[in-house]
Amino acid sequence: MKFPIEYGHIMTFARSIGDPNPIYYDEVYAATTEPGRVIAPPTFIRASVQFEPDYSLRPRIGEPWFGSGREPTGIATSESAANGGIDLHAEQHFEYHRPVGVGDVLSPTQRIGDTWEREGRRGGSLVFQETITEYRDENDVLFVTCRRVGVRTSRPIGRD
Amino acid sequence: MALHRSEISIGDVYEHVVIDNLTRTQIVQYAGASGDYNPLHTDEIFATQVVGNPTVLAHGMLTMGATGRMLTDFVGDGRLVEYGGRFLAPVWPGDTLTASAEVIGFRVRDEISEVELSVTTLNAAAQEVFKGRAVARMDD
Repeated sequence: MKFPIEYGHIMTFARSIGDPNPIYYDEVYAATTEPGRVIAPPTFIRASVQFEPDYSLRPRIGEPWFGSGREPTGIATSESAANGGIDLHAEQHFEYHRPVGVGDVLSPTQRIGDTWEREGRRGGSLVFQETITEYRDENDVLFVTCRRVGVRTSRPIGRD
Repeated sequence: MALHRSEISIGDVYEHVVIDNLTRTQIVQYAGASGDYNPLHTDEIFATQVVGNPTVLAHGMLTMGATGRMLTDFVGDGRLVEYGGRFLAPVWPGDTLTASAEVIGFRVRDEISEVELSVTTLNAAAQEVFKGRAVARMDD
């Protein structure tokens, strides 16, 4: 999978996190800065899921979706939430090896890291899983390393 | 704009209100830009009736992204070396988030001066919603 870093994508992402820094919007201004071009905000790299063909949290054309439509959920036995367990984002860590900017084309390689388990505060077990993703360009130069920790809970967050 | 070693000291704190009265529309913007369309974040009917939450829940990465704005305003563009943390509490529509960075150390790596920061994001009830650390390059 290739993740082309595009100006419009950075602009809409910067708006969505409420960051008005002109280095994300204005090529002329960006050229006067140390990076010298429109760069991506620090957490932008995770938006690579837009380019993952089978990303599970994006509706697929022509297929049922687990969000509401005629019914509160489009899939009767939604594995994500209806059965109680849900995968939540527990931690996220980035290592920046060089700034990501417009025109870069990055490819992620992903591997599973550690898995561990502990007792939840409200009973039930919590299973943590680490995923490490490295983003490199076409010359195999490493730009960003991401470590995501997901946690699977036995009950939805915020219920009580 | 970059940090200079001579201008900062251990214990210095930089703080910024990064989200003021979070709207459902901003969560929708984040879903669209990030590509995470989990209806838990944007679909009130699904969030309340299927998940059983009081309303839609902001993406953890929206909090981390907004907190990143505080960091890059402080350390300068393209200066971050590391940024990470844990999501500690849910963020809901109407929340106001204040992000802060505290200088906790200095180090030199490959002859480049770096500053270590602890990063905390609080909601209006002063509850920690995100906590982590960051490292950034400085000028000497």
